Amino acid sequence: MSAYSVIGQRVHRIDGPEKVTGSAKYTFDMVLPNMLYGRILRSPYPHAKILSIDTSAAEKLMGVKAVITGKDTLGKKMGIWRRFPELCDEEILCREKVRYIGDPVAAVAAVDEDIAEEALDLIEVDYEPLPAVFDPMEAIKEDAPQIHEGVELNINVTRHIEWGDVDEAFKKCDHIREDRFTCSSQAHVCMEPHGAVASFDHNGKLTVWTSTQSSYYIQALLADMLGLREGDIRVIKLHTGGGFGSKFELDSAQFCASVLSMKLCRPVKIVLSREEEFTATKRRTPMVYHLRIGAKKDGTLLAKEVRVITEGGAYTAMGATALYLTGFFSSFPYKYPNYRYDGYRVYTNTAPTSAMRGFGAPQATFVGESQLDMLAEDLGIGPIEIRRKNGMTPNYEVPGQAHIQSCGLHQCLDSIEKHIKARGTLPPNRGIGIAAYGFMSGGIFNWFNTPYAFSAAVVRISIDGKIDLFTGACDIGQGSDTTLSMICAEELGVRLEDVRIHAADTAVCPADLGAWGSRETLMNGNAVKMAAADAKRQLLEFAGAKLGGNIVYDLDIRDRWIHLVDRPERGLSYFDVVREAIRGRDGEVIMGRGHYTPHRKGMVSPAYSFGVQAAEVEVDPETGKYKLIDVTTAHESGTVINPIGIEGQLEGAIMMAGGYGFCEEQPMDEGRILNPSIADYKLIRTLDMPDTRILEIDTYEPEGPFGAKEAGEGLTNPTAGAIGNAVYKAVGVRITDLPITPEKVFRALKEKQNA
Amino acid sequence: MKKELKLTVNGQPYELYVKPNTLLVDVLRKELGLTGTKRGCNSSACGACTVVLNGMAVKSCSILALQANGGDVLTVEGLAEGAKLHPIQKAFLDHGAFQCGFCTAGMLMSAKALFTENPRPETEVIRESIDGNICRCTGYNSIIRALTAVSQGEYGEEQ
Repeated sequence: MSAYSVIGQRVHRIDGPEKVTGSAKYTFDMVLPNMLYGRILRSPYPHAKILSIDTSAAEKLMGVKAVITGKDTLGKKMGIWRRFPELCDEEILCREKVRYIGDPVAAVAAVDEDIAEEALDLIEVDYEPLPAVFDPMEAIKEDAPQIHEGVELNINVTRHIEWGDVDEAFKKCDHIREDRFTCSSQAHVCMEPHGAVASFDHNGKLTVWTSTQSSYYIQALLADMLGLREGDIRVIKLHTGGGFGSKFELDSAQFCASVLSMKLCRPVKIVLSREEEFTATKRRTPMVYHLRIGAKKDGTLLAKEVRVITEGGAYTAMGATALYLTGFFSSFPYKYPNYRYDGYRVYTNTAPTSAMRGFGAPQATFVGESQLDMLAEDLGIGPIEIRRKNGMTPNYEVPGQAHIQSCGLHQCLDSIEKHIKARGTLPPNRGIGIAAYGFMSGGIFNWFNTPYAFSAAVVRISIDGKIDLFTGACDIGQGSDTTLSMICAEELGVRLEDVRIHAADTAVCPADLGAWGSRETLMNGNAVKMAAADAKRQLLEFAGAKLGGNIVYDLDIRDRWIHLVDRPERGLSYFDVVREAIRGRDGEVIMGRGHYTPHRKGMVSPAYSFGVQAAEVEVDPETGKYKLIDVTTAHESGTVINPIGIEGQLEGAIMMAGGYGFCEEQPMDEGRILNPSIADYKLIRTLDMPDTRILEIDTYEPEGPFGAKEAGEGLTNPTAGAIGNAVYKAVGVRITDLPITPEKVFRALKEKQNA
Repeated sequence: MKKELKLTVNGQPYELYVKPNTLLVDVLRKELGLTGTKRGCNSSACGACTVVLNGMAVKSCSILALQANGGDVLTVEGLAEGAKLHPIQKAFLDHGAFQCGFCTAGMLMSAKALFTENPRPETEVIRESIDGNICRCTGYNSIIRALTAVSQGEYGEEQ
């Protein structure tokens, strides 16, 4: 018998019936009585002064109810790195200056979307175009245009990480390599666009229904920006059609709908168009990487030095985190005794760059794993061997940064080695490349400056034994509602159908930081487990008195049976105990409370997952076109709570990370994104999708609920690097700038032939 | 200015008056309140708005409602019979063939049209049939597994 009765089972998602029948309601679907529709006017210039805005003609259009500009706001600047006021740099509705093509300048509410759109054309904005800069390497020059007042050389954030004695260590290396790589941008392309319905009433209360990764962040940021108390703002996440990092900062739809609604005391709905999704929401951070790596002859890594310049775009957003994490994960998953990272995030007049699934680590893993293969080849060592020699192991201390407890990297390497052997001799022009990776289970550093616990949960047990679980965790499609319900049911010893979850409504759920940084299974899972354990203890106290067992017996609950652990046949029905316990407490329902904030876990995260991925490609040497044949991943994420959920995360990550390696890019001309549509932005579709195999490796993470850790973002780290290494194995050309398009492969092959 | 539109949707006949430029997706979502059909791009590139019109999968954002005049439309809301889920819906649950769910209606309706035309398609044909539907969450392979199970008769019922 499994140690668990709920976790590890292949259960249906609890939101499944709604989603397969079309009854699941998204913000996109929401309609309220008396509701108006809003649209946002955006800057056509990458950098310009706003001299004046004349809204009078738009206001006169029949059906238009309000037009707002920056003058209708408090003029505050929004930033999610609230601990550092200088990084709060985004007005959302610009008052004096626009900084990228797509910066909002005005918004309209009208009786329908067509009229709102027509009204945008009637708003007269007088701009004075300013010189603009798009390339971060240009933006750091002395004579570059200044994008934010007082920010010298447009350097927005710098990060430095160092341990050991890097300069001394390089002197001791037998071999040193220096390489330069560039990593491109990527759009999130959530299937549901950003959107909000805001409703402000005459009692001074604001309710916002929205598509979000964090109801709490939106509540707190709206309170800052609108001058309301947090408690007067209720943010409700409906079913959310994807996030991937793009939906946890306050966005233009949420802010403009709220300002319009406050002006009119009517509900206002704003949903961004697909073009706005591409041009006026945030995106993955492009990076220029300089790497220096040194090793002994036998492949032992002695030192690494990393310098990164990132294209920040117009605002800070979550870019400061991406800058730190790309530096931290550039050391992963290896034991570098000496390491130095310097990162610079530079403002440019382009769409802001921010969080996207993997959060700086896919870039770090692409460049790091490409260079490691190059180094191994120089030394005549196999790719598995060099990784085995230097890979992290359990209970490893990243000096001054992180404490790693569980780590199954070496089992993953063994497993992938077997897989590669089993593939046998490959036909010509085919190759298998590997990449090893690690990722965090939620972030520790409190840049949001929240006074609350990072995660919290409340459990309430009613007379019929039904358990209501309240949590601020946000299911954006990844399945956290199901996973957390499973954790709750397991801890309480009941069935999954006994739990009903209420999530991400700030009026009824405890504050929680939401879905980012792969944090919910571990952090919210711990809070849920603690709340369930609190409720369970109350039931066991009552049952213990009733059962009258010898004090040496422990009690437990399994499958709704409260029993003596060593005499499981002696027990009571869960339902009977709940009923009697409530009666015995003067009718008070059973309530359990839980919360979790990591302590003494270093700077970065309480736990890390690891894996190794092998990508197999077949290249047509005539055209450079290549096909992804198979992607096999040996992955460990601690105890698997929800196996169907993990499979979904893994396969979905390959579509997204494969796209990052293979085809997704956002070419620009003078700050204008040239492919702002799904027709022109190339995504992996079914026919491009490789076979995907999972080799699950068993580990147990002491810090996680039932031993679980992350399985969300880490899986987006390896694929681009594995593809790059596979193309090299197949045809002997090394592509150092993402994405690895057939055109680049073709040009490299031609160059190789001519050499 | 508005024109008469006769349409049968999920077995129910409707008589409506619509502007000539009204898209089918807007009639379904706004006039009839059938919001299970989504709209992801408005340019027939993502497939989230796919419905079955006269037995064929059609992107409802790229067809005028009046072009469907007299037609028979099936949307995701018409797939289950009361409380009884359609085999494709059951297979989606069993295989975890959705995550955020925003593309799901389009996927289901593309698959429904495929199975109506060909009850036992090969996996490659299944792949081709949903190549016009974007999913940003699942990586498609769970959807292919679900539909292959249906094709192989694992759900043993009329498709």
